[in-house]
Amino acid sequence: MIWDSTLLNALARLLIFPGLLFAVPAAWYFLWVERKAVALMQGRVGPPFMQPFFDFIKLLGKTTPPRSGLGGLLMRAWPLIAVSAAAGAVGLLPVLPSSGGFEGDLILLLALLELPSMCIIAAGFSSRSIFGEIGSAREAVLSVAYNVVFLLAIVSVAASQHTFRLEALAQLPASPLRWLGVLAILVCLPAKLHLNPFSLPNAEQEIYSGPMVEYAGPELAMWELSHGLEWVAATGLVATLAAPHITIWWLAAIVFVGLMFAIVIALSTLASATARLAIDTTVRFYWQCTLIFAVLAISSALFMRFRS
Amino acid sequence: MKLWNKLMCYSRRRSPWLFHMNSGSCNGCDIELVASLTPRYDAEQLGVRLEGSPRHADILCITGPVTHNAVNAIKTVYDQVCGPKAVVAIGSCPATTNVFIDSRTLDGPLNKHIPVDVFVPGCPPRPDAIIQGVAKAAEILAARGMNPPVTQLSIANVSEAAAKVEVQP
Repeated sequence: MIWDSTLLNALARLLIFPGLLFAVPAAWYFLWVERKAVALMQGRVGPPFMQPFFDFIKLLGKTTPPRSGLGGLLMRAWPLIAVSAAAGAVGLLPVLPSSGGFEGDLILLLALLELPSMCIIAAGFSSRSIFGEIGSAREAVLSVAYNVVFLLAIVSVAASQHTFRLEALAQLPASPLRWLGVLAILVCLPAKLHLNPFSLPNAEQEIYSGPMVEYAGPELAMWELSHGLEWVAATGLVATLAAPHITIWWLAAIVFVGLMFAIVIALSTLASATARLAIDTTVRFYWQCTLIFAVLAISSALFMRFRS
Repeated sequence: MKLWNKLMCYSRRRSPWLFHMNSGSCNGCDIELVASLTPRYDAEQLGVRLEGSPRHADILCITGPVTHNAVNAIKTVYDQVCGPKAVVAIGSCPATTNVFIDSRTLDGPLNKHIPVDVFVPGCPPRPDAIIQGVAKAAEILAARGMNPPVTQLSIANVSEAAAKVEVQP
């Protein structure tokens, strides 16, 4: 019976909350909040509430260009892999305390979070379009730039709290070092979500749409959905690390969603207030300015660990 | 299935994504098209998005009197837009070749080469007119989605089909 309940619990987490049933509407909602926040910052009214949903349905009804051979098969597969990885990452978030069942650790979450951007790189190269390839190369460079800081920040959070398990991290009281780590993760989020100061992989004015240039119809719908799910997973990770531990489950869920919403608003505001940086400036920003921050966090975390 | 079709029609009407193409325009209409997305006119309220790739677009917006050089590009881009699709000719140039009529460098007007659904006259047209044209094209697109694709029809038939579409407020 225990096995049954844990399996049910795990399924409920993967499929209902914070899994697919919550994540897909949340993804559309965050995409809308992003566009609306940018519109409000520019003094416009912006898109209606259901806009990302309409876009998704419309894209499902469009035709796709014929794709043949292994390249075509791969091109169809990349968006599906990206969506499933992002949905899995959302399902891993420990929102409801002590729910047991499907437990993953931080490393699995990081791998799942990284998979969509790997898929974007592969998709751009397999589309054989010159714009797609430039976009993919930029995405790869961007990924190398921010991931050093991102991973160091995660490792410093884990080292300062002596655990890699998300469940345990969510329940432990936050140390000052964790806040440093959370701040470093926050600095990496605009690059991870391709938001404006670091939106160079999908720069629509210079290289059309970068890696997505050859995608159409349902495949593009999957890319939009995976971008939305990435929003949910990445903001959810920060919310998990920053939220206070609350035992009442509905209050925990509300605090979690509220924190995610605040992060989305902050990132969208940043996106509309800034212009796109060139690739060398971006790399310099992450490797020179932010890296010091992350190295400081991880060295003090390790130092504290050896002392205790 | 009926409900799904209704939802699809509604979504097509509410989410027209544009691809903008210049076929030798003087840049007047291009500026007005971009102006229709600015805070003053804000076409995004209708779900309009200016896309970078023709593969993503539903509505092809073409400006300019169609020079010889642009003909092949127009046909290629028209084929790259995935169906169902609509074409909006912005300005007087693609409709009539305007003041450049009888020029030896032109091969216009536009509907010699691809079927055009909506003409937005003006030199240049106001952003309000462009937005109205795009909204009409989105309605044509929604009605077309229910029927078989019309890409194979001759130009006269397409303009008849476009005229038959009842424009609902």
